[in-house]
Amino acid sequence: MCLGIPGEVIELHPEQPDLAKVNVSGVRRMINIGLLSDDPPAPGEWVLIHVGFALSKIDEQEAAATMQFLEGTGQAYEDELAALKASVIE
Amino acid sequence: MRFVDEFRDADKAHALAAKIAALCEPGRQYKLMEVCGGHTHTIYKHGLEDYLPESITLVHGPGCPVCVIPMGRVDDAIHLASQPDVIMTSFGDMMRVPGSGGSFFDANAEGTHIRMVYSPLDSLKIARQNPDKQVVFMAIGFETTAPSTAMTMIRARAEGIENFSVFCNHVTIVPAIKAILDSPDLRLDGFIGPGHVSTVIGCRPYEFIAKQYGKPVVVAGFEPLDILQSIYMLMLQLSQGRSEVENQYARVVPWNGNLVALKAIGETMELRPYFEWRGLGFISHSALKVHEKYAAMDAELLFQVPGVRVADPKACQCGEVLKGVLKPWECKVFGTACTPETPIGTCMVSPEGACAAYYNFGRMNRTRVAEAGVAGS
Repeated sequence: MCLGIPGEVIELHPEQPDLAKVNVSGVRRMINIGLLSDDPPAPGEWVLIHVGFALSKIDEQEAAATMQFLEGTGQAYEDELAALKASVIE
Repeated sequence: MRFVDEFRDADKAHALAAKIAALCEPGRQYKLMEVCGGHTHTIYKHGLEDYLPESITLVHGPGCPVCVIPMGRVDDAIHLASQPDVIMTSFGDMMRVPGSGGSFFDANAEGTHIRMVYSPLDSLKIARQNPDKQVVFMAIGFETTAPSTAMTMIRARAEGIENFSVFCNHVTIVPAIKAILDSPDLRLDGFIGPGHVSTVIGCRPYEFIAKQYGKPVVVAGFEPLDILQSIYMLMLQLSQGRSEVENQYARVVPWNGNLVALKAIGETMELRPYFEWRGLGFISHSALKVHEKYAAMDAELLFQVPGVRVADPKACQCGEVLKGVLKPWECKVFGTACTPETPIGTCMVSPEGACAAYYNFGRMNRTRVAEAGVAGS
């Protein structure tokens, strides 16, 4: 749960401004972007996701570096990705 | 330098290691605490201690949210989950944490309903689907996670969901650092500050460490080079007689934190007068409870919670490990009676726990250090 995972914002929810669909390593899920309401991310921007919430915006280079690092952590990252896949935020 | 585990940008790591070594005063010993369990994980995974001169010791801090939950709170959670018509939701990390009568997994085997969720928001869907049940979210974590619980409560209220509540175990990092600074057991020279917690609280809350205690703090990212760079920044401050708060992770951490997140926490939660931390005991104003404005979502008010204090098993020395007084391998049961498969203490459960990180990665490095030493002698 402590991992921050980078995701690319794919689209904003048409009716709920605090929700957005993101792509994390090919997994597309809805997350909450309400914590970034002062400066909401646009499609194509990257965010660091923690337990279903975008915690901060990051640039693409930082996202790539973080992803490479996370993939190297092995089981912890696999568990986090599996949990994200099971998520049903709506 | 003893042994170097290869990782990306190893050349840069070597260069940083040389700069760090050049800053060490002959004869002086340095103890630097990495507060965050994520940092502990990186340090062991990449064998970073092997890049450092022998005079620098990295001390592992209390920043593993699963590790600091006392046994009594696990028992309280299982008690709540076993009430009629209750479904508890919890992060996966909590499921194997032992209470006095077993873990969440053990409780489920006996018929309670504790479901793993990725996000507190997932609990709301479960609540909508089960209108005749009370869904209680087992909220744990530092300021990184507290905003997520807060935003979920705000959303539940906005949607009029009445069968969702929170068993709040959120803790705050600054009082724990202060407790460690005030502890006579340990003299530290500086702190590697937590990364993700600081995205929420910013860097200002650490200023008392620099100003009142005269110790430098560098907020750090999670990659091996981030940590080595932060150690270099700490050593530079120490060599120049400075004690300031610096931000090595500025590409992610804003100096002032996330004001929306802080506001959400302030709206839904308030400080407890005191809270028990595993290993550190009772610390004043170190945890959050549900704000009285959200009393209808406070599981501690909706249900009777036993609140019995449970002492750790005698053999377990997680307390000393969490304070940085003992290294994981110095614990009497480390790797024998206590392993990630059959943990006695919390530090062996979470991937961020110092014992689990050391069990999974550190032992290999120590073995290789020993072998390299033999080969080189």
